[in-house]
Amino acid sequence: MTPATHAFPYLTVLVLLPAGGALAVALSGWARSLPRVVVEWFGIAVSLATLGLAIAVAALFSTTTGGFQFVSDHSWASGLGVHWQLGVDGISLFLVLLAAVLFPIVLAGARTRTDARSFVAWMLLLECACLGSFVSIDLILFFFFFELTLVPSYFIISGWGYTRRAYAAVKFFVYTFAGSAFLLVGILVVAFAHKEQTGVLTFSLQALEHTHFSSAGGILLFLAFTAAFAVKAPLFPFHTWSPDAYAEAPTGGSMVIAAVLAKLGTYGILQFDLRLFPQPSVDLAPLLLTLAVIGILYGAIVACAQRDLKRLVAYSSLAQMGFVALGIFAFTTEGVTGGVLLMLNHGLITAALFLLIGWIYERRQTWQVSELRGLQAPAPVMAGAFTIAMLASIGLPGLNGFVSEFLVLSGTFLTHRWWAVVATAGVVFAAIYLLWAYQQVFHGKVDLANSRTRDLSWAERMVIAPLIVVIVFLGIYPKPVLDRITPTVNALVARVDAATRTHQPPAADRGFAARHSVPTTAKKGAS
Amino acid sequence: MLHAAFLMPLFPLAGFVVLLGFGRRIGEPIAGWIGTLAVAGSFVSACVTLAGLANQPSGARTLTCSDSCSSGAGGHAFFTWIPVGALHVKAAILLDPLSMTMCMFVTGVSMLIHLYSVGYMKGDRDFTKFFVYLNAFVFSMLVLVMSSNLLVTFVGWEGVGVCSYWLISFWFHRDSAASAGKKAFIYNRVGDTGFLLAMFLIFSKTGTLTYLSVFAHRHLLAGGGAATAAVLLLFLAATGKSAQIPLFNWLPDAMEGPTPVSALIHAATMVTAGVYLLCRVNPLLGMSPDAMWVIAAIGGATAFVAATVACAQQDIKKALAFSTVSQIGYMVLAVGSGAYVAAIFLMVCHAFYKGLLFLGSGSVIHGLEDEQDMKRMGGLRRLMPWTFVTFLAGWLALAAIPPFSGFWAKGDILTNVYGKTLVLYALGLLTALLTSYYMSRIFFLTFTGRERWSAEAPDGRPPHHPPHEAPWVMRAPLVVLAFFAVFAGAVNLPWVHVGTLGQWLGPVFGNRLFAAHESAGQQIGLSIADGVVALAAVFVAWRVWRRMSDQPALEPAFLQRVWYWDNVYDAAVGRPAQAFARACAVVVDGRLIDGAVNGIGRLVRSTGDGVRRVQTGFVRNYVVGIVLGMAAILVFMLSRTWWS
Repeated sequence: MTPATHAFPYLTVLVLLPAGGALAVALSGWARSLPRVVVEWFGIAVSLATLGLAIAVAALFSTTTGGFQFVSDHSWASGLGVHWQLGVDGISLFLVLLAAVLFPIVLAGARTRTDARSFVAWMLLLECACLGSFVSIDLILFFFFFELTLVPSYFIISGWGYTRRAYAAVKFFVYTFAGSAFLLVGILVVAFAHKEQTGVLTFSLQALEHTHFSSAGGILLFLAFTAAFAVKAPLFPFHTWSPDAYAEAPTGGSMVIAAVLAKLGTYGILQFDLRLFPQPSVDLAPLLLTLAVIGILYGAIVACAQRDLKRLVAYSSLAQMGFVALGIFAFTTEGVTGGVLLMLNHGLITAALFLLIGWIYERRQTWQVSELRGLQAPAPVMAGAFTIAMLASIGLPGLNGFVSEFLVLSGTFLTHRWWAVVATAGVVFAAIYLLWAYQQVFHGKVDLANSRTRDLSWAERMVIAPLIVVIVFLGIYPKPVLDRITPTVNALVARVDAATRTHQPPAADRGFAARHSVPTTAKKGAS
Repeated sequence: MLHAAFLMPLFPLAGFVVLLGFGRRIGEPIAGWIGTLAVAGSFVSACVTLAGLANQPSGARTLTCSDSCSSGAGGHAFFTWIPVGALHVKAAILLDPLSMTMCMFVTGVSMLIHLYSVGYMKGDRDFTKFFVYLNAFVFSMLVLVMSSNLLVTFVGWEGVGVCSYWLISFWFHRDSAASAGKKAFIYNRVGDTGFLLAMFLIFSKTGTLTYLSVFAHRHLLAGGGAATAAVLLLFLAATGKSAQIPLFNWLPDAMEGPTPVSALIHAATMVTAGVYLLCRVNPLLGMSPDAMWVIAAIGGATAFVAATVACAQQDIKKALAFSTVSQIGYMVLAVGSGAYVAAIFLMVCHAFYKGLLFLGSGSVIHGLEDEQDMKRMGGLRRLMPWTFVTFLAGWLALAAIPPFSGFWAKGDILTNVYGKTLVLYALGLLTALLTSYYMSRIFFLTFTGRERWSAEAPDGRPPHHPPHEAPWVMRAPLVVLAFFAVFAGAVNLPWVHVGTLGQWLGPVFGNRLFAAHESAGQQIGLSIADGVVALAAVFVAWRVWRRMSDQPALEPAFLQRVWYWDNVYDAAVGRPAQAFARACAVVVDGRLIDGAVNGIGRLVRSTGDGVRRVQTGFVRNYVVGIVLGMAAILVFMLSRTWWS
């Protein structure tokens, strides 16, 4: 647990760079003559610089430790015990990268027609809030950024959304805000419990994870934290804000909310619930696993009945986030690693799908499946990109979704066999609704209105290409990512095991076969 | 020499990448030749590897990578794919006589069908894309066959599935083609859950997915029915991929794809993958006699049902498709009877003669301006002599007329089934009768009798122009395949015991055959019964169909509509499921869950007094308040950070 120290404050700069960009864009309002292209390119440049920084962090990230790295810790308001404490571990690293990759793509690929300046400013502020949430290891600081994400999201939905945007924005805001009220209370209770036990008032995660709670108190706190995170993820049955929000938000908003913001929910469960309340997490795992499995099947079944592409992807996200929760509450190395990887993969896939659906809307002014037909003929490149993203979402081996799905399910099977068996059925449903949608939209004889659909321009191809490349690469060679995730997951699982005096099944971490020596050369299968 | 094995999958992969990147610029027909050459390279590598492997002593013909071997040169792994906890999956190869046999006929038949496609797809709008998919298919199929572990086999398994989806819906502007592709994918997906669950189970019991390690630790699967469950789950996957009851309905629909696809994927190679998988894990099958009975029964039943249906089809490709289902049923029956060598023997022979028959039907369809209805064919003997002669060879081979290849392969299976159980043997023999009958019907309807294509169709479609024989690129594969369809039986003749397929595959399967307990007299008697049945059915078909084209009594709707199988699924599963999904979306999600949320919202709003403006100003003001507050906190925080 001795993270390497770096002279350069990577994480602080990472978080503040987009905030500074947002401020600069907002202030540029005085220069009214500034063309929108300049503002847009400035936004892209800032987010690309942030991406560069995130890549540097990933490259310098050590695979030998499971603890937090790049920790910067500055005390402020010492009376309150709140620190500007940032750090990154194997769980948050790829969420940071995900956010850093997606924002330039959003800014370049999902531009708005009106008021580009405000849009760019809100987006950059949102990037700051997302990155800040993922790297904060002080609970108050985390809460601050967690809440801060709501503000730009609210304005993005209500400012650039579609017909029912006001309803969707208010619902999104009030719903998630109500959830986080529980979180704030929970954080304060934990901190004061810690103060009672040690005499120190602190909100640092690393300190608070040694706090002891009564079993009833622990369960209540767990539920308080989880309420906020379950709404955000969303997990069944706290999901009904999401189809409205995803459908009514502008393309960029849908991408960021579904791909990045939703991950804050499952990230919070992993980083805070499991660390602070290991015993309640294990005790309540059957409840959470059941909700996850219901979410997987229910989301998929409801997705089958959708006739609107954005809502279809929204419900498919509900199912996918169910898989993440399933992996987390399996408490095996495979399951938790799969959950973490799925957060990254789902982010990439959903962003690609929303982006493509947004481009379809730009061309055809509709998301209704019934009005689209035969687009593969006039727009083969778009169809190809959609196919890759769709197959990744279905979980085709060779694309990224499969690796995480397989890890989640095999890891869950080790400890909670029947939950895994039921969840596996979700794999079939994903194929049903996505292939149905693809057939309706891209196959069939193209009619006059659809036949003039423009294929992707070169600029659009450049924007979607990084997502497609990463989706394929992580399907074939996920090792670099897994090598960085597993040390942290191992530490986390070990911590939960130690706190609950259990041990994950031997098949999960050691393997039966590994104990015996298996000869390299010929060994007959048959007796 | 054995390093050539690594090149085998890389050739078609390279072809795929090149054609995907530059195919449109390369254009027709060069793109087709590149695709064909890539597979030819693969075939040559397979031959070189085979020579290397055959040079080893028969006990040491296994080349693989254990759980702990290194990747790259020296080891037999390409790279480590998934390393998490105890799950350590490598992209590695397992080369033994079984996978080598598969590689040989997969690459060989693929090469011929690529060549054929250069002629068949001539002038198609998406000529290059066709070869992109075809090369991707060959690559996936080789991954499936050569993998050293279940998970990478699953990669190939799904890879061939998605290629099949793309190729079935290749002419996507036709709704029927698009639907057929989707249907194939979803049916396979149902089977694939079995594959996934089997892997979870095997991994949870043995802590590995590598074939040889699993087999070495298979005692961990004993007890509690784990072995039976694992085998039956894998068999569920096989019923999807290999089109067996209850998941066979997708295959006839898959005939919407171009005919070379039907020949390659839906007859010769991909659909036999389920049989290959079961043979691959034969040590596990050996642990569960119960599962073997289920497999044998399903195989026998599928063979029979599909054969009855094939007797009543009008569409030449559909008739051949049901024939494929039936033939794979025989292979599954053989696997269930422990006659793995016989299953592989039939698989190889079937690849030749069924590939040949599909290509022959493609040649007919091509010549008759895309006509597939056998009732509008007839008398093609004189006009398409090459197609006629080669199709004749395929007919006799599939009908199991001695001494053509099908006779030996099917005889091998029936002899073994006879040793297992008389009931399934009787079913198998009855199916053999039907097989010979329906195949003869197809042959007579297509090539003999009146030239019905020269007349107007009953539904008013105009007569066809006289057909023309196919160009040489299409004829050459027909001739090569016809040669093998006739002579392939020679690799495993029942009275030869040295240098046969059985001896070659022996180390993989061990020797536990039922036929071994039968006397020579019994075996000869059984062979004679096979031959008599086949010839009798040919005679019947000759009497009934040689001059006729319409025999309503022999084509009942029950058989034409496939025992109403699709209708039952639709009524029992499809429609209720749709209604359920709609109910979930509208009632549960819309009214129940969201209704509760909005209800709480309204409750809060109506109790609070001055907050009636929630939807307009209030939240917005609130948000602005939060922004200002947070900005203040942030500024404060930063100032403290930098000054402290």
